Amino acid sequence: MNPASAKEISPYGDLAQRSAAQQLGMWMFIATEILLFGGLLVSYAIYRAAYPAAFADGSRRLDFGIGTANTAVLLTSSLCMALADHAAKRECRARLRGCLLATWVLGAVFLGLKFFEYHQKFAEHLVPGAHFRPAGGAAPPVQLFFVLYFAMTGLHAAHMIIGLTAIAWLGWRTRGRSLPPNPGAAVELTGLYWHFIDCVWVFLYPLLYLIRPP
Amino acid sequence: MNAPLPAQKTLLVVFASLLAILALSAASSRVLTGGTGAAVSLLLAAAKTALIFAYFMRLRYQSGLVRIFGLAGFFWLGLLGLFVFADYVTRA
Repeated sequence: MNPASAKEISPYGDLAQRSAAQQLGMWMFIATEILLFGGLLVSYAIYRAAYPAAFADGSRRLDFGIGTANTAVLLTSSLCMALADHAAKRECRARLRGCLLATWVLGAVFLGLKFFEYHQKFAEHLVPGAHFRPAGGAAPPVQLFFVLYFAMTGLHAAHMIIGLTAIAWLGWRTRGRSLPPNPGAAVELTGLYWHFIDCVWVFLYPLLYLIRPP
Repeated sequence: MNAPLPAQKTLLVVFASLLAILALSAASSRVLTGGTGAAVSLLLAAAKTALIFAYFMRLRYQSGLVRIFGLAGFFWLGLLGLFVFADYVTRA
């Protein structure tokens, strides 16, 4: 296809218009993601309002230190991703790759700590199902807390894995001596997704780890 | 419509604020209990999210159209929560 016919079929007047359309599309996607997590959040709110003491008991059995550390790790990874935007705009390849690597490593640390926590819950028989036997016994709705805990953090972890894959892809794209054309667009869109995942955790942290009995 | 980037210094100040709010959130959960504790921790989470949306995701620097798209999800989620709880809290 020659350049003239390629221009004819492009719906965009220029690169800026294309970038604006991509951004709007990503924000639309984020709105649908808010509703995806929103369904779980509303279920959580209904059951927490119904069983406040059981939810406080469930929260007490989570690792407050890991939850807090993971929040700090994810906030730091978001800073690195925001700094990657700057590096991409200035087309500074080394800095861009450094920021992407730092974001990826911090994301991997988050997942590592999360899976360590999951392992703890398996060992403590806190995974809902036939083997759910909390130490010291617990009221039946405590199991409901752990159903929501695994559903919410599991969905979040799945998003993290997708985000890490996207960041690794960005790193792969920037491996050559020179950056691909308009590197900022892909970094910006991936960044929006990454920051959104961060925001989801920002809410999961108080909802799961910071419940105190009434 | 392509938003400018916030200055790097601004990003660092936002990051420091996010960590400060996290520390406040963790500390307050040791002191506050029940409904008050939940309300305070959710307000602090909302403050963190507002900072991330405004600066890291650059919504503050975007056009009105993008801002509407950015906040639409929260509006729909608010409607969902409102009508679900309008039912639950008014049941006999």
